[in-house]
Amino acid sequence: MNKLNRMLASSLLMLGTWLSTAAWAVNDLPGGPGVRQLNLPVGATKIAEEQAWLHWFMLIICTVIFIAVFGVMFYSILKHRKSLGYKPATFHESVKVEIAWTVVPFIIVILMALPATKVVVAQKDTSNADLTIKATGYQWKWGYDYIKGEGEGLGFISTLDNEQREISNSGAKGVSIDNYLLKVDNPLVVPVNKKVRIITTANDVIHAFAVPQLGVKQDAIPGFVRDTWFRAERTGDFYGQCQELCGKEHAYMPIHVKVLSAEDYSAWVAGEQKKLAAKQDDPSKVWTLDDIVKRGEKVYAANCVACHQTSGKAAGPIKALDGAAVVLDADKNKQIYVLLNGQGNGAMPAWKQLSDTDLAAVISYTKNNWSNKTGQLVQPADVKAARK
Amino acid sequence: MSAVLDPHGHVAGHGHDDHHGAPHGWRRWVFATNHKDIGTLYLLFAFAMLMVGGVLALLIRAELFQPGLQVVNPELFNQLTTMHGLIMVFGAIMPAFVGFANWMIPLQIGASDMAFARMNNFSFWLMIPAATMLAGSFFMPGGAPAAGWTLYAPLTLQMGPSMDAGIFALHILGASSIMGSINIIVTILNMRAPGMTLMKMPMFVWTWLITAYLLIAVMPVLAGAITMTLTDRHFGTTFFNPAGGGDPVMYQHIFWFFGHPEVYIMILPAFGIVSHIVPAFARKKLFGYASMVYATASIAILSFIVWAHHMYATGMPVTGQLFFMYATMLISVPTGVKVFNWIATMWRGSMTFETPMLFAVGFIFVFTMGGFTGLICSMAPIDTQIQDTYYIVAHFHYVLVAGSLFAMFAGFYYWAPKWTGVMVNETRGKLHFWWTLISFNVTFFPMHFLGLAGMPRRYADYPMQFTDFNQIASIGAFAFGFAQVYFFLFIVLPAMQGKGEKAPQRPWEAAEGLEWEVPSPAPFHTFENPPKLNADATRIVA
Repeated sequence: MNKLNRMLASSLLMLGTWLSTAAWAVNDLPGGPGVRQLNLPVGATKIAEEQAWLHWFMLIICTVIFIAVFGVMFYSILKHRKSLGYKPATFHESVKVEIAWTVVPFIIVILMALPATKVVVAQKDTSNADLTIKATGYQWKWGYDYIKGEGEGLGFISTLDNEQREISNSGAKGVSIDNYLLKVDNPLVVPVNKKVRIITTANDVIHAFAVPQLGVKQDAIPGFVRDTWFRAERTGDFYGQCQELCGKEHAYMPIHVKVLSAEDYSAWVAGEQKKLAAKQDDPSKVWTLDDIVKRGEKVYAANCVACHQTSGKAAGPIKALDGAAVVLDADKNKQIYVLLNGQGNGAMPAWKQLSDTDLAAVISYTKNNWSNKTGQLVQPADVKAARK
Repeated sequence: MSAVLDPHGHVAGHGHDDHHGAPHGWRRWVFATNHKDIGTLYLLFAFAMLMVGGVLALLIRAELFQPGLQVVNPELFNQLTTMHGLIMVFGAIMPAFVGFANWMIPLQIGASDMAFARMNNFSFWLMIPAATMLAGSFFMPGGAPAAGWTLYAPLTLQMGPSMDAGIFALHILGASSIMGSINIIVTILNMRAPGMTLMKMPMFVWTWLITAYLLIAVMPVLAGAITMTLTDRHFGTTFFNPAGGGDPVMYQHIFWFFGHPEVYIMILPAFGIVSHIVPAFARKKLFGYASMVYATASIAILSFIVWAHHMYATGMPVTGQLFFMYATMLISVPTGVKVFNWIATMWRGSMTFETPMLFAVGFIFVFTMGGFTGLICSMAPIDTQIQDTYYIVAHFHYVLVAGSLFAMFAGFYYWAPKWTGVMVNETRGKLHFWWTLISFNVTFFPMHFLGLAGMPRRYADYPMQFTDFNQIASIGAFAFGFAQVYFFLFIVLPAMQGKGEKAPQRPWEAAEGLEWEVPSPAPFHTFENPPKLNADATRIVA
């Protein structure tokens, strides 16, 4: 008997441990899903709040109707039974009743539609955005480009953490990770209390940009642009996932939106821009003539050819480069000065927005093309020095 | 004879019926022209496909039992969800209703057979190669199609050769459906017994008449969409391929112009079946027959103008979104009328709860829950949250499983005595009902919570917060699956073998309709001469 008790106790204990491991000891993820979450998230935007409110509104109306209708049905099921000796009535039509239960639901439906209409119109109003970001769906990652507003010009790719992808493949045994399948390398960073317009498009197949707590879901369609917006009212991390079937890694392209305060956001933008600039070219690199001329040809084609022509001879008021004194001059700083500051009251604009490397390259190119055979090589360091 | 596997034992009493020389052995089925035999074939085929689709669903649920990949890889997972949808919609539910139509429409309208008996045979046997090709696509290079049952472009353009097999299979199934629909329409409009006017027709016949028109209207639209996909894939057209100026959203518009009426194709005949069973077991006439007919027609007409509510997330203009939202909410009005009429039929009746009635009441109860979640989904702002999440999965399983499938079970239990000549064991039937009802809700109710919490559908793996509800759903799914195996082995098979209490001609006390005017089991040939009907066309006189 004792043995039986002990067996019972140990099996109960085992059941208990199984149940607690069944819960995976995972915690709610702030800004993401909660454990056994039962309803829509409260959300961090007005729209998300209104969506949650509408859902409650509908849920309550539907529940009231449900209880009323099925209350009648179950009353009937309990009382109007043959086994209770109930004799069937003979009525089988009534135009009045039919009209009543057509008109009343119709009115209820109109009452439901009114608040929903308001939210639809608000959701669709993407005008007057403070910041516009393009989200591009790729198989299977998201690309974010800051199109307009603070941070303009930034752009990066956001991919699921590879370690988590590996954990998925190996069966996720015995691990509990709060942000499982939601951790990315580069989150989308936005400022708080600013209207952020997200333009969606895709590179290959249809994806969907969705962040429940921000109240947005918008398909990203290849070849087309669509838009949606949100205004996050508090800082924090918010998570979403691709919500349109996009191939085998559909479950593995999460969205992580990091909402920062205005100052933090500005600091982040500055940092990113510095990184971006640093990433582009190493300005202290020493180039060979051949390499830098090749690079210069591209810069010339992209920026100069419209006026100076492929031949370098230009036309009309535009000065020729082929055989020009300032180009052939042994003092390379003369030409660098022109490119950095412009000439002729902006007839030749300043090109200081180009990088040191690009400027050095295009100058080297013009000095060694057409009939110009100076053999002079301008290094990025020369341009950098001239900028001061 | 009828669905009974060994006809000889029962033929003796009705030798007269066999004077056309009913074929025996395999010829009886391969060359079948008898509406009852073809109905049986359709029903068996549909059940076989239900099992295939069910196995796929259980593989999905096994994978989703816990986070991480354990059972299948993501490629196979997408193939499973895609094929589960295609097989259940085109292989199980639609053919099953055509099976019911074949069996019951001629019996209910007092016709000797379907109008085009050989076309009837053809439309059944077309489905076999189509279904073989569809299910066989798993064994093609690259596996089965994995673009979802909606086959959205441009993902379909990335699929392997099995996509073409799938497209051809759908073409053939569509041709079969169109032939079946033409047959049903012609039969109903031309072959009713004298005295059965349109407004005296049984509700099941009415709902199928309307369904058949829907099918003829939309199956060619689907065929068009998938043909364009086919030419995009192979012949350099770019209807849906943005790389050549095509529009992927256009595919969705065309698909859902088919797809939404398709939803009603799968539910209207279910309404018809329930409209027979509720009055029979309430011992009271159907309340508001005329309004039931009008409500069915309204639903059918409205079904053509709501398609884009499947596409709120594609980014429609605000007016488009509002129009489709209003139109969709409007559908709840005629659907509500139907539910009210059923309940008014039960009100002050004298009810008993044999298995058919249990399934019918279960249908009304659970289907209405699906209806309410449908209303919630129709609201565009809420749909922004739940589109493409498990909420949608829960919603359409409440209407398609608890709706269509439960109504078909109800119809089986109601008419099986007429088909087989034996009564179904009530205890087993009730066990099947409660087992199915409970496991169904255990499977699909938690999915509402998953969807509201934001778990996307068609995901092979998910964040760990979703684990508990997924485990409950998986456990329920396996219980639900085994309930249907039980149904086949312990209820359908014995009935087909003629085991059980012999059924009287009128097994249900208050069931009305011409099908109860013929013996049980229904003889091979019925109503060879048009019967003379009473005033409300429910009885044969003299």
